[in-house]
Amino acid sequence: MMTWSDILTDVQMRLGAPPELEPLARAIAYFIGAFMLVNGALVLALILIWVTRKVVSRIQDRIGPNRIGPYGLFQTVADVLKLLSKEDIRPDNADQIAYVLAPILSVFPVLMTLAVITFAPGFVGVDLNIGVLYLVALGSIGIMAALMAGWSSNNKYALLAGFRVVAQLLAYEIPMVLAMLAPVMLAGTMRTQEIARAQALYLGPINLGLGWFVFLLPGAFIIYFISALAEAEQTPFDLLEAESELIAGFHIEYSGMKFAMFFLAQFLNAFFLGAIAVMLFLGSWQGPFADQIPLLGPFYFLVKTFLVYGAIQWVRGTFPRLRIDQMMSFAWKVLVPLVLSLILAQMIIMKLPIPTWIGYLLILVANIGVVALMLRLMTRYLKQESVGTKRSFTPKSLIGTMAPVNQVGD
Amino acid sequence: MLSQYGFILILSGIAMIIPVAAITIGHLLGPRRPDPIKNATYESGVETIGDTWVQFRAQYYLIALIFLIFDVEVIFLYPIAIAYQNLSLFSVMAAVTFVLILLLGLFLEWRKGALEWK
Repeated sequence: MMTWSDILTDVQMRLGAPPELEPLARAIAYFIGAFMLVNGALVLALILIWVTRKVVSRIQDRIGPNRIGPYGLFQTVADVLKLLSKEDIRPDNADQIAYVLAPILSVFPVLMTLAVITFAPGFVGVDLNIGVLYLVALGSIGIMAALMAGWSSNNKYALLAGFRVVAQLLAYEIPMVLAMLAPVMLAGTMRTQEIARAQALYLGPINLGLGWFVFLLPGAFIIYFISALAEAEQTPFDLLEAESELIAGFHIEYSGMKFAMFFLAQFLNAFFLGAIAVMLFLGSWQGPFADQIPLLGPFYFLVKTFLVYGAIQWVRGTFPRLRIDQMMSFAWKVLVPLVLSLILAQMIIMKLPIPTWIGYLLILVANIGVVALMLRLMTRYLKQESVGTKRSFTPKSLIGTMAPVNQVGD
Repeated sequence: MLSQYGFILILSGIAMIIPVAAITIGHLLGPRRPDPIKNATYESGVETIGDTWVQFRAQYYLIALIFLIFDVEVIFLYPIAIAYQNLSLFSVMAAVTFVLILLLGLFLEWRKGALEWK
C-alpha cells in the first residue's frame, strides 16, 4: 500500500535526488505533509467558527454574521485581525512562565491529533500501531493547559474554573476511553487505518462500506458522544467556562492572541473529537462506492465529521447547563458502570463458542440494553429534579408579598 | 517503524511553532500601554481580597485518586483488547476477573461515598 509520504519521496527521487539522500527526501516529504495538515486545520478553524455561529443563531432564531463577505464568511477573518491588534495584557501578579505557556500548550495537543486522522485509504498522517492510545494520551495534555491557565492567572474565578476543569475532564475521560475500547476490541488493532478497513461490509465482491461499528455498538457510541461533549467543553458540560457564573472560566485574564489560541483549541478539539467518533464508529472513509471512486473517501469522511460537528452544535444550541454535582455523578454513577459492564459483556460474548453472527447479535442486544437503561435513568432523574410551576415554598414572612398584614375581620 | 515517529516529531515542531508565532505577532502588533488598573486582577470590578492561591476542598483530590486507578486500568485493557481474538481461555478468565474487580471497586467507592459531590 503506497502512502502519501512514499509518493512524495518517490517524486523527489525521480526529480534527481541522489539515492544516499533518501532519508532527507523522506524528511522533506514529512515536513510538506505536516505543514499542509496544520495549515489546513487553521483554515478549518475559521470555517468551523463561522458554521458554529450560523447554526447556533439559526437555532436561536437570529441571523448571525451576515455583513462581511458572502453570508458573513469573512467575519472570522476580521475577528482574527481585530484580535491581532489588541494589547497583550499581562496581569501583575500572574505567574509569568505558566501564563504564557498555557495557551501554547492548549493548541499543541489538538494539532497533534491530526497525525492519526484517516482521510482516505493511504492518506493518514502516519499509521501508528498505537493510534488510538496516542489519541488518548494527547487528551491529557489539554487538561494540564487549562489548569495551568487557571492557576497562573492569579484570579479567583480562573482558579475555581481551573479546578472544575480537572474534575470534569478527568471524570469524563474514563467513560470516553473505555467506549473507545469497544471498537478496538472488535477490530483487534489500534491502527486507525485498520479500524477503518474493519468497517467494510462485503456483499459478494463489492464493498458496500456500511459495516460501521455504530450499527453494532450504539451504546458505546452514545457513551462516547456524551463524554466527547464534556471533553470538548461544549454546552451541557461547559461549567468550566460558564459565561454567566465565572465570566469566562480559566481564560478570563487572557486577551488578544492568547485568548484566540484558547478559542482555536476549543473549536478544533470539538471537531477532532467528532472526527475520532467518525473513525471509530461511523466507518471513517467507508461508504457506498468508496472503493471504486477514490475521491469519495475524503468526501465521505468530511461530510460525516461535519454532520457530527453539527450535532454537537445542535446540542449546544438547545440544552441548558448542568450543575456540577449532577455532572460528576452522571459520569461516575451512570456512564462508568454502564461502559464497564458493556466491555465485560462484549468480552464474554466474543469468546462464547457460537457462530460469529449470533455473537454480533448478542453484542447489539447488550448495547441496546445499555441505551435503554441510560434513557430510563435520565428520564427518572429529570422527573425527580423538575420544579413544578407552583411555588416551591410558602413565604414565612409577609415582606415582599402583596397581602395585607392582619385580616382579623375574616 | 522509527521513521513513523519522525513524522510525529516534525508535526510536533510545527504544532509548537504555530501558536508561538501567533502570540509573538500579536505581541509585536498590539499597542503597549500598561497601567496599574489595567494590569490588576479582574474580579468584576471588585478589588481582590487576600491571596488567590488558597487551600482547596479535598473532594477534587479524591476524584483525582479514583481517576488514577481507572486510568491505569485502561492502560492494561488496551493490550488485552488487541490480542483478544488470540487469547487462551485462561487469559480471558483473567481479563474478565480484572474488569469484575474494578467494577466491584467502583461500587465500593460508591458505597463509601467517595463519589458524592457535596
